[in-house]
Amino acid sequence: MAEHASTNQGSSATKRIWYVFGILSVVTLVEVVLGIIKPAFMVETNFIDLHLLNWTFIILTIVKAYYITWAFMHMEHESSGLRRAVVWTSVFLIIYLVAILLIEGGYIEDVYTDSHIKWNL
Amino acid sequence: MDTTVAKTGTEGKTWGGGSEPFKASYGKLMMWFFILSDALTFSGFLAAYGFSRFKYSSEWPIADEVFTHFPFLHGIEAPMYYVALMTFILIFSSVTMVLAVDAGHHMKKNKVVTYMALTILGGIVFVGSQAWEWKTFIKGDYGAVETSGGNILQFVDSEGERVALEDFASNYEGIRSVQKENEGLWYESESSLPEFTIKEIKDGFASNDDLQIRTLKNNEDGEKTILSREASLAKLNEQGKGVVQGANLKHNEYGMPLFADFFFFITGFHGFHVLSGVLILIIIFLNVLVNTYEKRKSYEMVEKVGLYWHFVDLVWVFVFTFFYLV
Repeated sequence: MAEHASTNQGSSATKRIWYVFGILSVVTLVEVVLGIIKPAFMVETNFIDLHLLNWTFIILTIVKAYYITWAFMHMEHESSGLRRAVVWTSVFLIIYLVAILLIEGGYIEDVYTDSHIKWNL
Repeated sequence: MDTTVAKTGTEGKTWGGGSEPFKASYGKLMMWFFILSDALTFSGFLAAYGFSRFKYSSEWPIADEVFTHFPFLHGIEAPMYYVALMTFILIFSSVTMVLAVDAGHHMKKNKVVTYMALTILGGIVFVGSQAWEWKTFIKGDYGAVETSGGNILQFVDSEGERVALEDFASNYEGIRSVQKENEGLWYESESSLPEFTIKEIKDGFASNDDLQIRTLKNNEDGEKTILSREASLAKLNEQGKGVVQGANLKHNEYGMPLFADFFFFITGFHGFHVLSGVLILIIIFLNVLVNTYEKRKSYEMVEKVGLYWHFVDLVWVFVFTFFYLV
């Protein structure tokens, strides 16, 4: 049934798959190398509660998620309505949930550290 | 055949039914909405994990020091290589899956068969790797002592290298044996005992002068604090309560119980998704073999199971980042 843009041009669809595989592999390799050497300046620089290295990991992960969803799951060929129904909903709810839980977690740590409640020994 | 359904006079109009605003079949649409809800479930788990990490940010275990094993490389520290390999296996099985979907669009049955077989193989290898990862995690590495407050004390030598319990513990024979059902009152039994008693650890520690204790508290550089010899002795003797080797849901030698709980729960839930993905792939694979989709003149079913399979890969990308990298 669903007639895809990719259906007509077989080899170009395959080419795109291998291209995306290349990107995903390179990004994963970069992540692993960064995780092993842990460059000092990235660990020491803080930006909104997280150091640069962690921000790099998170951004690279979102890049990978984008390519998996758009290329492998064919989101780029779906109608904009379907795309928005899935992507906007999940992105909004996930950001909301994560933000609220992380702020609360950080707050509880502050209370244990600076208030008269103490960690167990 | 319009004998049973009355015409409504709205055929072909906007609200007359039969229009597909998303230009996708019912099955594909529902697969997308299932994936959406499953994504929210996983983000709930990962957000809870993030909450605990922020709450215990000054004493959460460092993943590089926990996951250091690689099959057949004994005694070699290999942080992350193994999970990186698992990630590649899963990404590659995603590639073969999307190639199978593409072959399905061109109605090339043989290619669909080959690529789906490769995908199934990749899935099985991934689940197997995860089982190995669990086994290593549960068996443990160096062992540790748990304090009365539930914290973990690990042992290092003067260079700061970890020392395993069996390398310094005194050995007292026959202090205590496992309580069996036929020996105790009212058929009480217990699970297996740790290899060492807390007394053996304390005495062994006291007689090895170069040993020190490493606590899980981070210092300013984000590394775990190593106590001086005097402080180590005092800490162990006053607060040391039990011996931990390996991990279960209540105790683990790597850090607080929550660390192992989240590890088991999140990677376990993901592994369960991979397992069910493999089973669904096998079912669809058999359908391809018996020409079901040739007769249907559409390989859309392969596309739908493909969506699920890519989703499993997508989740792993996030689990990999938040469990092993960050």
